[in-house]
Amino acid sequence: MLAMLFRRLGLGAITVWLVSIIIFLGVEMLPGDACTAFLEREAKGKLLENCREDLGLNRPALTRYAEWAKGAVQGDLGVSAKGQKPISELVGYRLRNTLLLASGAMLAGIPLALFLGVVSALWRDRPVDIVVSTLAIFAMTIPEFVSATLLILVFSVWLGWVPGIVLTPANAPLVEFFPEVLLPITVLTLVMTAHILRTVRSSVIEALASEYAQMACLKGVPYWQMVFRHVLPNALLPTINVIALTIAWLLGGVVVIETVFNYPGLGRMMIDSISDRDLPVTQAIALIIATVYVGVNLAADILTMLANPRLRTMHIRKG
Amino acid sequence: MTPSTTFQRPRRIARLGTVFVDIIVRPSGAIGLTLVIAHLVLALIAPFVVPYDFTEMNATLVMAPPSSLHLLGTDHLGRDTLARTLMGGREAILVTGIATPLAVMWGGLVGIFFGLAGGKLDEVLMRIVDAFLSLPWILKMLVLIVTFGTGIEVLIPTLAFFYGIPVIRIARAATHDVVARDFVQAARARGHSKITIIRQELLPNVRDALLVEGAMRWSWMLLAFSSLSFLGFGVSPPTPDWGLMIADARGFMSFSPLGVLAPMVGLSSLIIGINLTADALAKALGIDRAQKAPV
Amino acid sequence: MTHSTMPTGPVISVDNLSIGFRGKAGHMLPVLRNISLDVHQGESIGLVGESGSGKSTLALAMMGYLKTGLRVLNGDVSFEGQKMFSQNRATLESIRGGRLALIPQNSGQSLTPTLRIGAQIQEALKLHSAQPSETFGARVIELLSQVRLPDPASIVERFPHELSGGQQQRVAIAMALAGEPEALLLDEPTTGLDVTTQAHILELLRDLARDTGMAMVYVSHDLGAIARVCDRVAVMYAGEVALEGSARQVLRDPSHPYARGLLASIPKLSDICLPRALDGRPPTPGGAGQGCAFVSRCAIASDVCSRSRPDLALQPSGARSRCHHVDKVHEIPLFGDREVGKRALSDETSLSLKDLAISYVRPSLWSKLAGREDTSVATVEGINFALRRGETLGLVGESGSGKSTILKTIAGLLPPLSGEVAAHGGAPLPSKVEKRDSTELRQIQMIFQNPDESLNPRQTIGQILAQPLTLYFGLSGQALTEKTIQLLDQVRLGGHYIDRLPSQLSGGEKQRVAVARAFAAEPDLVLCDEITSALDVSVQAAVLELLDDLRRQKNTSYVFVSHDLAVVRALSDRVAVLYQGRLCEIGPTRAVYGATSHPYTEVLLGAVLEPDPDFTPELSASDVVELAPPTQGCPFQRRCPKRIGNICDTVAPPIRESGNGHMIWCHIEEL
Repeated sequence: MLAMLFRRLGLGAITVWLVSIIIFLGVEMLPGDACTAFLEREAKGKLLENCREDLGLNRPALTRYAEWAKGAVQGDLGVSAKGQKPISELVGYRLRNTLLLASGAMLAGIPLALFLGVVSALWRDRPVDIVVSTLAIFAMTIPEFVSATLLILVFSVWLGWVPGIVLTPANAPLVEFFPEVLLPITVLTLVMTAHILRTVRSSVIEALASEYAQMACLKGVPYWQMVFRHVLPNALLPTINVIALTIAWLLGGVVVIETVFNYPGLGRMMIDSISDRDLPVTQAIALIIATVYVGVNLAADILTMLANPRLRTMHIRKG
Repeated sequence: MTPSTTFQRPRRIARLGTVFVDIIVRPSGAIGLTLVIAHLVLALIAPFVVPYDFTEMNATLVMAPPSSLHLLGTDHLGRDTLARTLMGGREAILVTGIATPLAVMWGGLVGIFFGLAGGKLDEVLMRIVDAFLSLPWILKMLVLIVTFGTGIEVLIPTLAFFYGIPVIRIARAATHDVVARDFVQAARARGHSKITIIRQELLPNVRDALLVEGAMRWSWMLLAFSSLSFLGFGVSPPTPDWGLMIADARGFMSFSPLGVLAPMVGLSSLIIGINLTADALAKALGIDRAQKAPV
Repeated sequence: MTHSTMPTGPVISVDNLSIGFRGKAGHMLPVLRNISLDVHQGESIGLVGESGSGKSTLALAMMGYLKTGLRVLNGDVSFEGQKMFSQNRATLESIRGGRLALIPQNSGQSLTPTLRIGAQIQEALKLHSAQPSETFGARVIELLSQVRLPDPASIVERFPHELSGGQQQRVAIAMALAGEPEALLLDEPTTGLDVTTQAHILELLRDLARDTGMAMVYVSHDLGAIARVCDRVAVMYAGEVALEGSARQVLRDPSHPYARGLLASIPKLSDICLPRALDGRPPTPGGAGQGCAFVSRCAIASDVCSRSRPDLALQPSGARSRCHHVDKVHEIPLFGDREVGKRALSDETSLSLKDLAISYVRPSLWSKLAGREDTSVATVEGINFALRRGETLGLVGESGSGKSTILKTIAGLLPPLSGEVAAHGGAPLPSKVEKRDSTELRQIQMIFQNPDESLNPRQTIGQILAQPLTLYFGLSGQALTEKTIQLLDQVRLGGHYIDRLPSQLSGGEKQRVAVARAFAAEPDLVLCDEITSALDVSVQAAVLELLDDLRRQKNTSYVFVSHDLAVVRALSDRVAVLYQGRLCEIGPTRAVYGATSHPYTEVLLGAVLEPDPDFTPELSASDVVELAPPTQGCPFQRRCPKRIGNICDTVAPPIRESGNGHMIWCHIEEL
C-alpha cells in the first residue's frame, strides 16, 4: 500500500510540473511577451528594452523556465511587470483572504451537503427530497454572480442585514473581514453544497438498492443500523472525490465572487493582473491555484485509498 | 423475478420519437423543453417584437420605474429594460449554440481516438488533460480573450476549445466501456477495419453519452459566457446581454431592482431549462449522469 | 442445537400465495400464482425452475420480503404459525437472520464490502444469539470451522473481496448459522462456482442438514444440485407449482410434461446422446391466459388444456401434478435420441497449435529499463494440439484454466508470448488479427458466451448479420436480404426477425443469431466460448442441436470450450483437459471420460452431479482456488490426491500415451 501512496504522490508532483510547463508555454505562445503586453502601445524603444532587461526576458526560454520553476519551488515567484514588486509579497495576504473564503465555504458546505444528501436519499421522492433537490438544481445552474447579486439585493439592499460590498483592505487582520465576508461565503456554500449533495444523494440511493443492503435487511438488521453501518460507509466513499472536485472548482468560482463583492483575494488579483496585462503575476497565480487543485485531489485520492478496503488490501482474488 | 418485461417491447419505432416522448412525459422534461424552445423562439423573433430599439436612450427617463410606456422601466442610460432583456439572450445563444457542437465534436473525436489507441500515448495524454483542467477555466479563457480581443471570432473558438477538453475525458471513458464489450471484440475478430468499428459499433453506443454531455456543456458554456460578460470580457456594449446588464445595473440595484432582476430571470430560466431537459434526456436514454463541476 | 418445542406442524407454510406487480398498462401481472406448499421440520425441499418461474420470489416471500414493486395479491406465508406478511417490523427483524435465515445467490455482492468478515458474523450473533457477548469471538471461529474454512482466525480479519467465491459462500452459510435457524432458505447458492467447489459446498449443506435437523428450502435451476441435497422437489413453471413430490418421484420419473421436458434437455454424463431441446419460451407474467401455462410447448396438449387451468392434483404415487393428462405423460421421453455420430473425418488439418504460451502480464516499461528478468509465469503454456476438418475438440477446465484465453489467441485477439497457430496445415497465422488477410479471417469465426453482450444493442438483427456478409462476400441489396433470411432459417428463426433489436429477443434467440452470424462467413472452424453457459437449461439443448445440424451440413470444425463436462461429452470427438493453463490430458472423448485418466480429470468427473437422488459424487482434492500455476513441475502438484512425491513439484510431467492419441501428462506410471 505504501507503494501505491508513493506512486500517487509522484503522479501529483508530475502533474504540477506539467501544469507549470503548460502555463509557461501558454504564456510564451501568446504574441509578444510580458513587456509588450504590459506596456501595450508604449512598448517600443528604450522603454521596451529596459523593461525586458528588468524582467530578464532577453534570455532563452529554457533558462527563464528553469529559473522560474526553481524559484517557485523555493517560494520566490518572480517580480511583477507593474512596479517590479516581488510577487510572493503581493500574493501573501491575498492568498490568505481567499483561503478564508474557501475554508468558510467548506466548513459550512460539506457537512450540510452530506446531511442533506443523505436525508434526501433516505426520504426519496417525498416532500423533503423534492424541495432539497429542486433548490439544489437552482443553486447549481444559476451563475454565481447571479446568486451573489440576488443575495446582495435581498440581504443587503432590502433587509440591510449585512454589507453588500467588502471595504476592508487586503492586509487587514482576518477578524476585520466579518461580517462582510458572510455573504460571499454564503454564495460559495450554496453552490458547493448543491453539487456535493446531488452526488451524495445518488450514491446513497445506489447503496440502498445494493445486494448487501438487501442482505442486511434479510439478516434482520434494523433499518437505521443498516443505514449507518452498511449503507453510508459504502455510499460516502465515492463522494470523497466529488468533494475534492468541487473544492477545486471552488477556486475558479471564487474569482467571480471576489469580483462581485470587491473582496481582496487571489481571484480579484488575478482579474486585475489580467486587465493590467501583468503576465508574470498572472503566471504566478495560475501556478498557485493549479498546485492547490492538484494538492486537494491528491489528498482526496489518498483518503480514498485509506478508506476503501479494496484498495487498502492489495490481495485481489479471483471471484 | 423483478418487474421487467423482456419480451413485450413494442416493435421498433423511430428512436427519436420514443426518446422525445419519454422526455415530454416527465414533468422536468416538459418544463425544461418548453423553456428552451421559448428562449430559442424569442431569440429569433425578438428584434421584431421589441417595443423600442435597445440602443435608444432617453435621457429624461433614466432609471424610471415600470410604467405603461416602459413595462419594466428603464436602465441607467434611459434604455428600455424590457427591450434589452428580450434581446439579451441572442448573442449568448448564438455564441454558445455554435461553440457547443464544436466542443462536443472535437472533444468527442479526440476522446474516442485516444480511448481506442490506449497504451502509453493514452496515459500521457490524460496526464496532460488533467494538468490542463487543474487551471481555473476563467483564467484560461481570460488570457486568450485579453490577448486576442472579445469579438465573436475569438469567443466561439475559445469556448469551444476549452469546453471540449472535459468532453475528451467523457468520450474516452465511454469508449473504454464500449470497447471492452464482446460485440466490439467480435467485430475485431471478424477483421473489420478500425474505421468501420468506430462507425458501426462504437459511435452508436457512445452517441447517447455525448448527447447528454453536449446538453450539459451548453448550459455550462452559457454560464461561462454570461460570467465573462459580467466581468467585462465578453460582449461589448452596446450589445444587450444579460450578464453585462446585471453588471451595469448592479450599482443601481437599490434604486431600480428590476434592472437586475429582469436579466436574471432571463438568464436563469434558460439555463434551468437546459438543465432540466438534459436531466430528462439522460433518464430517457438510460444514462447515469455523473455530477461534475463545470470544467 | 436447540430445536423449538413446536408442535409438528409445518415450519414454513405457503397458503395459496399470489404475488404480482403493476404492469405498464395498469393491470396486475402475477409473478406467483396460487402457491401452496409446506416445509416440515428436518425436511429439505428443492424449488426448481428456470428464469421467470418465480422461484426466487417465492423464497424471499417466505421471509415476508418482497422486492420493490411487488405486492401480495392473495394468500399468505406462515413461519412457525406466524403470518409473515402481517407482522410488524420488529418481529420480522427478529425472525430474519435468526430462526429463519437466507443464504443469498451472490455472496460476493451480498457481504458488505467495508466490514470485516468477523464483524459481519458478530452482527448476526448480536442480533439473534441468546449467549453472552463475551462468547461471540470464539463462536465466530467455531462457525467458520463448522463451514470447513481453513484458518478461521485469519479469515475473521479479512474483507469480503479478499476471499474467493467459494470462501465467500461459506462465510454466508456461517452467518446464517449464527442465528441457530430452524429453517434455511438458499437462493441458488452454488451458481457461478467451479464444479469442484460446488460439490464441496453441497456436501457441507447435506451434512449440516443432517446434523442440525434444520429445514431447508433450496432454490436452483440445477437439478443435479437439487438431487444431492433435497428430499422433496417442487418444479415451478410460470409462477406456479407444476409438480411436487419426493426427489425420487420428480427426478426419476416425473409426471408433468414440463418436468419431463426439462430433464430431457439437461446434458447428463451418463448419456451418449445430445439432450433433447424444449422448444418455445415460458409465458411472461400475465401472459399465461386461461388455460395451462405450458400448453404452447406441450407435446400431449389437447383442447381442454387451452381452456382450463389444471389444479395441482394429488396422484396415486403421492406426488402432486398440475396437468390434465397425467396418464399420457409417459409418452414424453426423458432422453435425447440424437447421437453425435461418428463421421469419417478427413485427414485435412483444420487447426494446429504448437508450443503456445500466452500471458496477460506484459513486462512493464520499468522492468525492462531496470533490466529485470521476466520471472512471471505464463498464464498458458505448452499448448500443442491439432484438429481435423469436421472434428469437435472440447476444452474443459475450471476458472483459471486458460481455456478462453486460448480461444482468444486462436482468433488473433490476444497475441501469444510464443508458439504458433496455423490453419489448414499451412503457414502460421499472424498473431494479431489486424494482420490477417481476408481468407484467414473468414475461415475462423468465434461465438461468445454472453448473448446480451455479443450483439450490438443498437443494430437490428438484419444489420448484425449483414456485417460478415458485406465484409467477406460484398453482398448488398436484394442478395443481402435473401442471404440473411436464409441464415435466419438455418438457425430456426423466422425472417421477421430481421428488423428486431437484440433487446426484443430472448437469450436463446440471441445466441442463435450469434451462431448465424458466425456461420454467415462460411467458416472452416468455429470457436465456441462457453456459448451455452449463460442460457437457461432448456434452451441450451436447442443451441447444441443447432451446432450439430450445422456441422453435419457444412463439415465445420469446432473448438468447444465449456466448464460443463456433460455438455462437452455430448458434443465432442476429442477432449482436452486444462489446469492452470497447462494441458493435463487430451484424447478421444470416450477415453478421456473413461477409466484411465489424469488425476485432475478424475477429480473433475467425480464432482459432476447427476439429477438422480441416488447418485453420489466422489470428492477428492480440496476446493482451494489457485491463483497462479507453480513455477516448476506439474501444475496440479498442490491439489493432487495422487501426488507421488518431490518429483511432482520439480520436474515437468512426461507424456504417457495409451493408444489412439490419448495422452496424459503425469509422473504416475500405472494409471
